Amino acid sequence: MGWGRFFRRAKWDRERLEEIESYVEIETDENIARGMPVGEARAAARRKFGNSTRIREDIYRMNTIAYLDTLGRDVHYSLRTLRRAPGFTVIALLTIAIGIGANTAVFSVINSVLLRPLHYPRAAELVALRQVAPGAAGLASFSDGLRLSPSMYFTYSEQNRSFQSLGVWTTGTANVTGLAEPEQVRTVGISDGVLQALGVPPAAGRWLLRADQVPGGRETAMLSYGYWQRRFGGERSAIGRRILVDSRPREIVGVMPRGFQVVQAEADLIVPLGFERSKLPLAGFYLQGIARLRPGVTIARADADITRMLPIWMDSWSNGPGTNGRFFEAWRIAPAIRPLKQEVVGSVGNVLWVVMGTIGLVMLIACANVTNLLLVKAESRQQELAVRASLGAGWVRIVRVLLLESMLLGLMGGALGIGIAVGGLRLLVAIGPANLPRLGEISMDGRTLLFTVLLSLLSGLFFGLIPALKYAGPRISAVLRSAGRTQSVSRERHRARNLLVVAQVALALVLMVSAGLMIRTFQALQAVDPGFTGAAHLQTMRLSVPESLVASPEQVIRIQNSIVDKLAAIPGVTSAGFGSAMPMEGFDSGWNEIFAQDKIYPGGEFAPLRLFKYVSPGFFHTAGTRIVAGRDLTWTEVYGHRPVAMVSENLARELWGSPSAALGKRIREFPPMPWREVIGVIEDVHENGVHEKAPGIVYWPSMMDNIFGPSPLNVVRKMTFVVRSDRTGTEGFLNQVRQAVWSVNSSLPVASVRTMQEVYGQSLARTSFTLVMLGIAGAMALVLGVIGIYGVISYTVSQRRREIGIRLALGAPQGELRRMFVQYALVLAGIGVAIGLGAALGLTQLMKSLLFGISPMDPPTYAVVPVVLMAAAALAGYLPARRAASVDPTEALRAE
Amino acid sequence: MLVLQTLILGAAHGHTIAHAIERGSDDVLQIEHGSLYPALHRLENRGWIASFWGTSENNRKARYYRLTPAGREQLITQTARWDQVVRAIGRILKPASE
Repeated sequence: MGWGRFFRRAKWDRERLEEIESYVEIETDENIARGMPVGEARAAARRKFGNSTRIREDIYRMNTIAYLDTLGRDVHYSLRTLRRAPGFTVIALLTIAIGIGANTAVFSVINSVLLRPLHYPRAAELVALRQVAPGAAGLASFSDGLRLSPSMYFTYSEQNRSFQSLGVWTTGTANVTGLAEPEQVRTVGISDGVLQALGVPPAAGRWLLRADQVPGGRETAMLSYGYWQRRFGGERSAIGRRILVDSRPREIVGVMPRGFQVVQAEADLIVPLGFERSKLPLAGFYLQGIARLRPGVTIARADADITRMLPIWMDSWSNGPGTNGRFFEAWRIAPAIRPLKQEVVGSVGNVLWVVMGTIGLVMLIACANVTNLLLVKAESRQQELAVRASLGAGWVRIVRVLLLESMLLGLMGGALGIGIAVGGLRLLVAIGPANLPRLGEISMDGRTLLFTVLLSLLSGLFFGLIPALKYAGPRISAVLRSAGRTQSVSRERHRARNLLVVAQVALALVLMVSAGLMIRTFQALQAVDPGFTGAAHLQTMRLSVPESLVASPEQVIRIQNSIVDKLAAIPGVTSAGFGSAMPMEGFDSGWNEIFAQDKIYPGGEFAPLRLFKYVSPGFFHTAGTRIVAGRDLTWTEVYGHRPVAMVSENLARELWGSPSAALGKRIREFPPMPWREVIGVIEDVHENGVHEKAPGIVYWPSMMDNIFGPSPLNVVRKMTFVVRSDRTGTEGFLNQVRQAVWSVNSSLPVASVRTMQEVYGQSLARTSFTLVMLGIAGAMALVLGVIGIYGVISYTVSQRRREIGIRLALGAPQGELRRMFVQYALVLAGIGVAIGLGAALGLTQLMKSLLFGISPMDPPTYAVVPVVLMAAAALAGYLPARRAASVDPTEALRAE
Repeated sequence: MLVLQTLILGAAHGHTIAHAIERGSDDVLQIEHGSLYPALHRLENRGWIASFWGTSENNRKARYYRLTPAGREQLITQTARWDQVVRAIGRILKPASE
């Protein structure tokens, strides 16, 4: 049986018909020739031929695939039925389309972010070299464990047995001058081995190679595709050109292709790190490691390899004379290698799966609603179905017709849903957290479409099966006999619908509880004092004074000081200051062991690691960070490089019991450094976002004595400047800010211009994203649930009109009737709420990691949500109940 | 087989074939002529005959059938097999009649 014939079967039939006609004509001619009258001749010819219809059917059947043919006819029939009930069809289609659309959109995100491999060749071999150091006290406040030091990189890359290639990288910023306006660009510094591990060939020119890593050699750089397009118009001639990076010339040797990232870092420039191998100490843990595993090597084996190399590292390098590398044994450093994808995706998987789960639940509720609609529809079609059955349609055939109809609904809904998903996806990307990894890669692909089609078919099956099995059953003759209007409705016929409504309410409760928990989390987060005030009135920007531009540290401080003065002089500015980073900015802060003079450290040399930041006088005042005890730094102390420091309140309490007790105490970094006196205690600042504990912080003046480096003074050249003003964010204000900076030095780019509100909002982005998604899901669930209850009650009312009429005629008070139906709604909702509460208690445990400050069994949420739902249910029951009570008894009875 | 045999002399249309079979069998095989058409259709589907539209002797539009090479081959093998069967049956029947 060929498909060709199947599709040409109509044409065949026409041909056969013509052929039969031709036979009859010829035979008639002959009969006439034999002398028969015309009419008789034709009749005889037809007799001779036999039953032409049957013969045509025989031939037709030879050409067709019976199953497909009936399927086609059923599809046709179903479409006609759907068209005949446009109201039902539109509502059902919309419900399904929204459900499937939302699911498709969220699934595309999951697919793009979590399921698809990273954009590197053989990405499964790539790993992130992470390390933990449980023995290094204080390190726990750094979320990504112990990073690698340059000496570790050399040890690992030279001694390993597990990796094809291995490298380290770190992000930063640099000033590029000489092209247009001075510009601060994002950089990624890489060692040899990073590009080799990632394995992405350059779009033009060549990679940075080992020769580029030699310090003192030719200074080179690679461009990102975007920067190449932006600054060089994508010209090939850019290769070989020199640009001034931090006032030093670098030759452009290559361009990486569009979309290339070093792990999750989007950079404009890729520059070699250029370590001076002979001068490296053990310490300096600031690098992220990446490697490509050799084929067949597992992560466990690679971990073991690193463990083997750690003692080699401790013995091969030194932190200076008189120190012992084995000191790091106390840190208990251990490798924690993980797949690169996990590194890129991070913890966002949690959020996405929770969102997918909730949207899936919404889909279930939507399906339940459509099932309910179909049940009602099937009810009114019982007669039709019974007639079909009595005309000989088999039970299976009727089930098939009904299922086909629901599957068609599902598929058409799915098709519409894809349209909704495309729009939804755009919305999702727009409101999605900016720190959602792989945001740019989100798109729909074959897998998404497959998901949509499967979902459409499954949901079609789901909401079609119940009505199909219920109404295609063998009780058909009974229906025909008794389908009169006077038949009263049996309890049994309502059971399926009641069950569905109960399930809907239960699911809606779960979703609303989840959304409620997120709202409470958001409230809790906003209630946290972040350690600064009036974020909307704080303008921040990054300014960097490279050594090649201004060599003298004192000169740097003078420049920074005059910038602050100029900024403070702008009309409408109340104060200005600068620090090595604003809270939540995400810039790596420094940390080191901090010793207190009055404490005894067992082992003589080991103290907990502490975060530290550098600040200018007036920084805390500008940011609105309270000084709990003591006083702020003064410019005199900065210029005089006086040995002073400030500490955060929690650190003061930890070390000395109270903020005031900290004043006058002395602290320092590792031993040869001078002791510094604590002059102020600063309120706790949630440096890593309000959802993280405020770490203990030490604040140093931005210029200090330096006993190690080439210069006797140490100054911080990259600073975040902060300005408090009511005019933040306006273009005029930003212009004045830039002019103020450039009036001091016109080669300084003004970068990362943001208000603190944006920084703060971004740190809340994940929570607000989850909140919005769950909020939408919860609202949809509530609406669908209410519609479900409303539908059931109003259907019951319409079925029981007669009974209501009798009751009214017999003198039942209207209020009593209304109460009866509202009660019915409340009983249904009540059962649903009870089941839902149980389910919510279990399911919300899954979102524990997304919550803050509340438990998954937050009492207010669990108290409010059921009340809201019950109130909505009462309303949904009241509307049809009022209609019931207003039934005119004579009217209702006469209608029969 | 009978249809194929009638076509061995050249193309013919349904009406001719029906009458040819009827006459050829000395009117032993009296059939409804219509039932010929499904048979023709089946043969055509198997590729043993091919069809085209033509004009009949008395100027009527008619569908002509002709034997394809595959059909010719089929006719030879089937005729051979038929002869075999007939001979075998004949041999079985003859001794019994003696």
